[in-house]
Amino acid sequence: MSVNAEFAGRTYPPSGPYAVDAASIAAFAAAIGSTDPVHTSTEAARAAGYRDVIAPPTFAVTLAQQCDRQLIEDPEAGIDFSRVVHGEQRFVHHRPITAGDTVLGTLTVDGVRAAGGHSMVTTRTELATTDGEPLCTSTSTIVVRGGE
Amino acid sequence: MAPRSLSGTAVGDTFGPVTIPVTREALVAYAHASGDHNRIHQDEDFAKSVGLPDVIAHGMWTMGASGAVVEQWAGDGGRVVEFGTRFTKPVVVPQDGAEVEVTGVVRSVDEETRRAVVDVTTTCGGEKVLGRCTAVVQLD
Repeated sequence: MSVNAEFAGRTYPPSGPYAVDAASIAAFAAAIGSTDPVHTSTEAARAAGYRDVIAPPTFAVTLAQQCDRQLIEDPEAGIDFSRVVHGEQRFVHHRPITAGDTVLGTLTVDGVRAAGGHSMVTTRTELATTDGEPLCTSTSTIVVRGGE
Repeated sequence: MAPRSLSGTAVGDTFGPVTIPVTREALVAYAHASGDHNRIHQDEDFAKSVGLPDVIAHGMWTMGASGAVVEQWAGDGGRVVEFGTRFTKPVVVPQDGAEVEVTGVVRSVDEETRRAVVDVTTTCGGEKVLGRCTAVVQLD
């Protein structure tokens, strides 16, 4: 089964809200080995000019992947998650994701294309606060491996 | 830490190599912290059953660990304003663990926007595991 190319261009309703707290930021920073105190110390974060502790640059993926589920779990999309590998990822930050943020993510399917028997699906998630302040544009390409 | 300054940054500046160990326990911690519980990152038998040589690290662990090295160089993680990569090779994590090595080089510096573009190279066992890995750092 191949990925449904008709999904290209589709934008989903916002998903969330996702509450970002200091504990999840600290756990993520520890898991990637980031020792920057702006992720764990409110004092250090405030001294650097932030409202509270901020997330590492790749933390946004945890929110974007929750938004991606709308596509991945849609049977009409034809994506077999057991055959998915991550091909590319990019983040453009508008301001750091900060503890206390309440985040909505709007998912758009930027492209679906076939390459060498596989399907490449590029999605873009615009993360913003519930007040509409832009946080991060996360762009991801997944490769859905073709059947043997 | 203090953010890196424009005056203290020049094209060709390098950082690293920084060697980062990766264990199966680290991948379990990443799975919990990220919500990505795909069994290919935790379960050796499962990974082999789908044709992988062994457990492999989450691509996003490798990107995140590489990003942590960029954060250190930037002097403030919030200064890493753009970060992108391709995942070109898996990091295979056998029972006794593996290591990745991260280096960076400044490709360009924009005096107007005070932003530096940094090319990041991440290898495992001497082979590149990330392709076109680039960060943009907002300098002070």
